[in-house]
Amino acid sequence: MNLCMLLEMAADGAADRVLVGPKPGGLTAAELQRRARNAAARFSSGSAKHVALLDVNSEAVPIALFGAAMAGLPFAPINYRLTDDDLVGIVDRLVPATVVTGRDAVQRIRDREGITIIDRDVLCGVVDVQVAFAAPPAEADPDAVAVMLFTSGTTGPAKAALLRHRHLVAYVIGTVEFMAAHEDEAQLVSVPPYHVAGISTILTSIYGGRRIVYLPTFDAESWVATAAAEHISHAMVVPTMLGRILDVIEVRDTRLPSLSHLSYGGGRMSIELIERAMGLLPHVDFVNAYGLTETSSTVAILGPREHRAAWASSDPTLRARLRSVGVPVPSVEVEIRSADGAVAPVGERGEVYVRGEQVAGEYLGRSLLTEDGWFPTRDAGYFDEGGFLYLDGRLDDVIVRGGENLSPGEIEDALIDHEAVAAACVVGVPDTQWGEVVAAVVVLVADAQASEGQLQSWVRARLRSTKTPEFIDFRAELPYNETGKLLRRVLRDELAEMKEVRQLGAIPRPGQMS
Amino acid sequence: MALELKPGTKLRSVVCSTEVIVVRAPADAVDLRCGGRPLATGSVPGVPAFEPEHGFDQGTLLGKRYTDHDKSFELLCTKAGSGSLSLGDVVLQLSGAKPLPASD
Repeated sequence: MNLCMLLEMAADGAADRVLVGPKPGGLTAAELQRRARNAAARFSSGSAKHVALLDVNSEAVPIALFGAAMAGLPFAPINYRLTDDDLVGIVDRLVPATVVTGRDAVQRIRDREGITIIDRDVLCGVVDVQVAFAAPPAEADPDAVAVMLFTSGTTGPAKAALLRHRHLVAYVIGTVEFMAAHEDEAQLVSVPPYHVAGISTILTSIYGGRRIVYLPTFDAESWVATAAAEHISHAMVVPTMLGRILDVIEVRDTRLPSLSHLSYGGGRMSIELIERAMGLLPHVDFVNAYGLTETSSTVAILGPREHRAAWASSDPTLRARLRSVGVPVPSVEVEIRSADGAVAPVGERGEVYVRGEQVAGEYLGRSLLTEDGWFPTRDAGYFDEGGFLYLDGRLDDVIVRGGENLSPGEIEDALIDHEAVAAACVVGVPDTQWGEVVAAVVVLVADAQASEGQLQSWVRARLRSTKTPEFIDFRAELPYNETGKLLRRVLRDELAEMKEVRQLGAIPRPGQMS
Repeated sequence: MALELKPGTKLRSVVCSTEVIVVRAPADAVDLRCGGRPLATGSVPGVPAFEPEHGFDQGTLLGKRYTDHDKSFELLCTKAGSGSLSLGDVVLQLSGAKPLPASD
């Protein structure tokens, strides 16, 4: 139960299959194993306790991931977009450490104590027989930490989520069939290596026999160009990426005929966007994947058949399944629990709990699992009659207005149902009378018009007055981070400030500001 | 010899190079064999001491999943070998688990 075992199986079963890089000239399974052993030799030669990676995507990522596993060291990919202070804060927690990095990032960490730097190109280079690594120990500890991922917490220092070898291996063998991919299949990877999907895609692609093609970082033009040039069959994107990809596909009037399979996750997908994608790319199988860092990636899937059935249906219940994240994968259990801890009945909103061999639910120094192994995700959600799971925001984002719990997702859905609204984010802002009140940021459809008062009446007619935004800020777009997470807390802070200013009567009404 | 299994338990053949890990564990202890001989949990000396018995010599396939008639457990073959996996005297079959669509 160790990551090395997955690569060993691939090298045993399909030594000559190209698994990373271009079809002629990429790394075969056997060559990847050789380079990972070489990397392991470098990682074990000093006193390092971690192998960190401070870099964009390249073939160094799988080499370093498996190399670290063979050397028995945790692999810690770090977000290169962090500020220097935050970056150094994380690096200092990992020392003594070996850091794999590109030349451009070296100066950011060069002077730290306890750091050994290995250049990415050296790690990827031709195997150096001088440091050739003996075969890894046959019985590597399945309970050892394989990967550390630092969460993008906005308060206090980043938390280090731990994934042990047994979690990641359980995920792979529970959800992927060994070498079942056709030799022509290729996976375009554009999520960064510090995102859980950037790690899981390496493991599932290599075990499944699907060649990985990397984009160093995501941009929609390169994504579409690479997908065409490399005959990409598979890819995973976050919702914000998908929107930009579709824009490029439309402008270029290309339909990517090789693309057969597109999965998405990592953030809320709007029904308009997925319908637009299905309309533009009818030959593509779409998969919605729900997963968290703490669950070793995917725990529920809405498959291609369910997408098509929902799209073709005029029954509102079936149609709504495009909003669903599907059904739990067979190796994972999912429960919805009410605030009192009891399992919630079908249709009732509660907290999503997950359990299974792949569920780690652990931060450095602290496990969040219940005694019987359940992980409270802090995601709100519910099941429908057919066993389909729907997500309804983060519990921490719930608005408490005068003792009443309000779900931002429900209010956002009501706003988005208005024909002039393209996107909406609803937050609670502090209020002396109610504790919190509802406020919203709305992005209008291009050339469409709706006033604050019109949208307030629209929501009041569909929900009720307590759920009606007290004010609405119109903007050109919503702020997302690079992995597609809506920056809700940023909006909450900005709207709270705006409310104070508005009460002082110092600025014009927000509806006129955009 | 019956074995108590849990997911992740690694088992080895004493007659060939076959190795398996437990993907789904059975509720009770089970008499799992390869090549007619009980599987071992610990390390096994390099050269097998026995040959696969007749009728248990069809071999195992790398990366395939094996299960019993009731599908009460599932094993994954991580190293192929010349012996056949069996529960007692009944040879295990390939598990027909439906593959999931790729999600990442």
